[in-house]
Amino acid sequence: MKELKIETRNLSFYYGNKLALNSVSFNMYANHVTALIGPSGCGKSTFLRTLNRMNDLIPGTRVDGEILIDGLNIYDKDIDVVNLRKKIGMVFQRSNPFAKSIYDNITYGPKINGIHKKEVLDEIVESSLKKAAIWEEVKDRLDHSALGLSGGQQQRLCIARALSVNPEILLMDEPASALDPISTGKIEELIFELKKTFTIIIVTHNMQQAARVSDYTAFFYMGEMVEYGKTKKIFTTPDKKQTEEYITGRFG
Amino acid sequence: MDTKIIFPEDRESLNLHETEESTAMDPQGQKDPNAFVFTKESLKKKIRPSEFLSEKLITGVAFLSIAIIVLIFFFVFREAFPIFTQKEKKSETQVTAVIPEKYGDTSSGNTVKPEQYGAETPTPENKEEGKTEIKNTGNVIKPERYGVPEDSIQESTGEEEYTGSEISQLTPAETFHLSSLFGKEWMPVSERPRYGLIPLIVGTLKVTLIAILFAAPLAILAALFSVAFAPHWLRETIKPAIEMLAGFPSVVIGFFALTIMATALQAVFGYETRLNAFVGGIAMALAAIPIIFTVTEDSMNAIPETYSEASLALGATRWQTAFFVVLPAATPGIFAAVLLGIGRIFGETMIALMATGNAALLSANPFESVRTLAATIGAEMAEVVFGDTHYSVLFLIGALLFVFTFALNAIAEFYVKGKLMKRFQGKLS
Ligand SMILES: Nc1ncnc2c1ncn2[C@@H]1O[C@H](COP(=O)(O)OP(=O)(O)OP(=O)(O)O)[C@@H](O)[C@H]1O
Ligand SMILES: [Mg+2]
Repeated sequence: MKELKIETRNLSFYYGNKLALNSVSFNMYANHVTALIGPSGCGKSTFLRTLNRMNDLIPGTRVDGEILIDGLNIYDKDIDVVNLRKKIGMVFQRSNPFAKSIYDNITYGPKINGIHKKEVLDEIVESSLKKAAIWEEVKDRLDHSALGLSGGQQQRLCIARALSVNPEILLMDEPASALDPISTGKIEELIFELKKTFTIIIVTHNMQQAARVSDYTAFFYMGEMVEYGKTKKIFTTPDKKQTEEYITGRFG
Repeated sequence: MDTKIIFPEDRESLNLHETEESTAMDPQGQKDPNAFVFTKESLKKKIRPSEFLSEKLITGVAFLSIAIIVLIFFFVFREAFPIFTQKEKKSETQVTAVIPEKYGDTSSGNTVKPEQYGAETPTPENKEEGKTEIKNTGNVIKPERYGVPEDSIQESTGEEEYTGSEISQLTPAETFHLSSLFGKEWMPVSERPRYGLIPLIVGTLKVTLIAILFAAPLAILAALFSVAFAPHWLRETIKPAIEMLAGFPSVVIGFFALTIMATALQAVFGYETRLNAFVGGIAMALAAIPIIFTVTEDSMNAIPETYSEASLALGATRWQTAFFVVLPAATPGIFAAVLLGIGRIFGETMIALMATGNAALLSANPFESVRTLAATIGAEMAEVVFGDTHYSVLFLIGALLFVFTFALNAIAEFYVKGKLMKRFQGKLS
């Protein structure tokens, strides 16, 4: 029923000498949404980026501990990072569409995976954009530059782009931070829809949003994972005082 | 606590059709059971031959660029070194051995020494004096020889008997028509002066084309390597190293081309004329590489890191990211870089004088000597009679060079601006 998907064991992360994650251990389950919450700079993005090894790109960083996905340590020596990332979609904190057309933004991923048939690509474009709740707004200008879209539209385009390669796991770093309430609602509906197929980890500063969409919540503070559990429990009867203060502080 | 919030688990229990279990195994979801699981096999390190090769290729090119720089350094110091270790006599003989080499293949015994250039340049205030000096020194007219094909050398040596006064009487009035600028011969100091610019223009274009064909790919690949592939420390080394080449006096590059490259390339390709458009072009490429590299590198660096991150997160290799994301996004900058490179090559005088052979031949063969526009001014301006037709034509060439480089820069400017405007307006090129 509840299938373990991702497991971190004593995960520590350093930017140079700076400890950004301190021995984080918890589980994330398949077809569930896990929310990461915590004050700014506590290491949420860092944690998310260790999951698809994006932090490998930053020189001078170091990882300790293990991350097991389906029981496989992704920091193992003979893991192919490229293939790993194909299966872990990511939506970045700042929307970052390519300076290409809307259509090309979506087809980029499938194309590098060797899909070149026009009909297939067309289909992927439509379904990805529909899933990200942006199809209606852009279907008449697929050949326009993605940089001409509004910030919220760009963010949804980036979600669509992440979905285009059919990942197993979706990492979302504040996907709704630039969105109006209507688009945010759409994104949240989308997350409900997506968790049928994906394992979703989402970072958010919006407590209501975390409560609405996530099944599990992890509270981070100063690089440590302070508390983790079912979302309802964390939001109603947290064990730790820090968690309660943070949540109520935000709730008002 | 906010009561409006419906937690997912409540939501699920409210909705009987969507229990946790049924969500997990929803048949509607497109999850293909065979598609992919995180297994050892599917995540096994793969070798991607094309990527491997191109990475090695780009690395090679980048290191080649650096190697050339090191080579030039090494060469210059090596050749200068004997001064410190041997007697002065000996180093002198070495120098004289080098000089005839330069001109040896076009003129037979009558070596013209470089010191003669500009020595007798008439200054504006003693214009008259300058003229008479030219009359009497016969010697000064000699450089005309560079401009003519070998077989006409005999004729031109005959001209030495000419006095300058005769020339100034003859030329201005009689022989010059504007149409003669389109002639196929450039013989400004012969009995019947011919001012055909066509061989000079063709020669310049030939050298420029050869140079840019070498410089542009090399520089762009090196920049791409430095931005997309090189580890941090290497990037910090490559950039200053290549930029150092920009500070290289072109006379040193010319010197290098003249003595070392010309011989080496001749040995490899086995063509007849030692100094030719090909040698000159490659030498000029050395001068253009740093410019193209720097501007390209800057424009690639200006592309937000987030582009590459987005691409890599989609499972693109570094190679795919470099070619399909970084390179296209940098095209306006690369275009500008190449135009600047062309401008640099076009106006390059010293290398042209030293390495192209300086014969105004009209031919398509890259292994024939050529004379470029800039080199023509450089070689002849000092000897020309002030106010003469020849003098005016040289200035016309100067104007041509100016107009051309100006146009290049203008195109670069407008193109890049236009591209950026389009981007901001959300249209695509
Ligand atoms: N590239 C980097 N180099 C050095 N330090 C970094 C880098 N990125 C993040 N950090 C540091 O690591 C810590 C955690 O950063 P992180 O981006 O994970 O925070 P966050 O929880 O995502 O914050 P926010 O909610 O503001 O996005 C911060 O103190 C930050 O300064
Ligand atoms: Mg963050």
